[in-house]
Amino acid sequence: MADAVTVAPRGPVAAALDDTVTVFVRQALPTLRSPSGLVFGMLQPLVFLALFGPLLDGTGTTEAFGLGDAGGDTWQWFVPGVLIMLALFGTTGTGYMLLTEMQTGSHERLLVTPVGRTAMLAGRTLNDVATLVAQAVLIVAVMVPFGFDLHLPGALLGLGVLAVLGVALGALSHALAIACREQQESFYMIQSSIQFPLLFLSGLMLPLEAAPGWMEAAGRLNPLTYVVEALRALFDGRVVVGDVGWGVAVVAALAGVGLAVGTRAMRRANA
Amino acid sequence: MIEARQLARTFTTKAGVVEAVAGIDLDVEEGELVAFLGPNGAGKSTTLRMLTTLLPPTSGSAVVAGHDVVREPAAVRRQIGYIGQGNGAGHYHQVRDEVVLQGRAYGLGWRAAARRADELLDALQLGSLAMRTAGTLSGGQRRRLDIALGLVHAPRLLFLDEPSTGLDPQNRAHLWDHVLGVRERFGTTLFLTTHYLEEADTMAERVMVIDHGRVIADDTPARLKADLAGDRLVLALADPADAGPTREAAERLAPIHAFEADGATVHLRVPGGAEVVPPLLRELDHRGVVVRSAEVVRPTLDDVFLALTGRSLREESEAGAPEPGAVESGPPGGGPPGGGASDPAGAEVAA
Repeated sequence: MADAVTVAPRGPVAAALDDTVTVFVRQALPTLRSPSGLVFGMLQPLVFLALFGPLLDGTGTTEAFGLGDAGGDTWQWFVPGVLIMLALFGTTGTGYMLLTEMQTGSHERLLVTPVGRTAMLAGRTLNDVATLVAQAVLIVAVMVPFGFDLHLPGALLGLGVLAVLGVALGALSHALAIACREQQESFYMIQSSIQFPLLFLSGLMLPLEAAPGWMEAAGRLNPLTYVVEALRALFDGRVVVGDVGWGVAVVAALAGVGLAVGTRAMRRANA
Repeated sequence: MIEARQLARTFTTKAGVVEAVAGIDLDVEEGELVAFLGPNGAGKSTTLRMLTTLLPPTSGSAVVAGHDVVREPAAVRRQIGYIGQGNGAGHYHQVRDEVVLQGRAYGLGWRAAARRADELLDALQLGSLAMRTAGTLSGGQRRRLDIALGLVHAPRLLFLDEPSTGLDPQNRAHLWDHVLGVRERFGTTLFLTTHYLEEADTMAERVMVIDHGRVIADDTPARLKADLAGDRLVLALADPADAGPTREAAERLAPIHAFEADGATVHLRVPGGAEVVPPLLRELDHRGVVVRSAEVVRPTLDDVFLALTGRSLREESEAGAPEPGAVESGPPGGGPPGGGASDPAGAEVAA
């Protein structure tokens, strides 16, 4: 063992960025070491893609409503929704990992180090975003041979919007985890009771135009609806449209709220 | 190295306000090895969590490694190491990765952190497990990894919360070898909590006994035992009626802390028991009291705790752990003054 360990002093900003990278790498490492973990978090969206997509196609729903770029191409309409589903099923649950680490002592171990609390949230959220984008790229790559049209500039912007949604949901998931630390089982209860209404009221599975008036109105109150519409437009190659503007505004606001709530929770969880 | 004044912490629970730590003063000098001994729920961990910036005190102050725990928590964290009750490594993380990242967390560069990790894995005989995920390690291996994590930045002050709980005797001995080795090499100040009596007795140079959130004794194990407990003498008399005269004889010779007669067997608690036995036997012989056997039982820290609180720490430890911060009622009474009847340190003296 070396006798002394010398640490060069860092400024507050450099330290915060450095800490964020450290936490991000720590969160990402298990997946990097065994990448099969990436697919594990995609199971539900994959099931919807494989078993619900064809159903949607067969019933002619997308044709009936003239959805998708070719006036009713199911995949063009449904795949962007599946990407949102990745966020809804995967990213919203990442806080549970923090709960587990609070239980075992590995979070406590980090709390005693000089790593900043904001960096703890930022690094974890960054990993949520990286995971989400990697999964989204995987889905898009798989769907191109099945006739999904790739409009590259729009698709890249779409991934950007999805990444910002990942920031929002990842940060909120960690805030939820911290709120549930006295009663772990309530985490999944709360998560799933929020996730399904958000899913159905976003027009992600079936067009809200087909829904009764009250449901469509409720869908308009769901911020996710705007993100879904923006993503559909972008993956369709329509970049300069109102849907995209609304979606970007809503997702940016969500991320702002998520980071504020998440940072506050992380700071208060332990002084 | 540690200076706490009237450090206190209360918790608000459904049952009301619980005073987990009731204003303790603490001074630990550089290089000391101090054990915090007490039953579950006595306030050991709560105190440790306040000293390590994990929990803000309700009142009072603490300066740890030169910095105030409330005003400069980040500065305290840079100076101290902490090995908690749980396991520090992530279940799905590889052993080496975690040690490297711990170095990063303390501000080491990637290369310096990697070098340091390899040194520590080597020193703690974890080198061959470097690529294993922490979840697949045995309890003893995981605890060694915890030590590696706690030592990454070569702290001057190391806190250990119940470091050997759940380890078998062999792994416990290994753990102590490593911890004492570190201390010898770097002069690290060690502050640990334990509810293992033998551990506090044999390892610590100074024992602070804590009960109901208060420090009730603070000295070397030897002095605590001599001053507070004294040896236990067990005399088997031929005639139960001689118990009274035996007590009189003993009281003339030495200050008796406790006396109890159980039929023809007499229990005495007295400081310097081995020196008391010969004159006592002569005196009893002189009075015509027939003694069949005499035994001197050296005191344990449990006897100290018993003398201080009237309760046995051994029984409380075995009663299981309550919620953190909860106050234990403990079994009523203390039983006969022979809590450690199975004490292996007992010495027979033929009569």
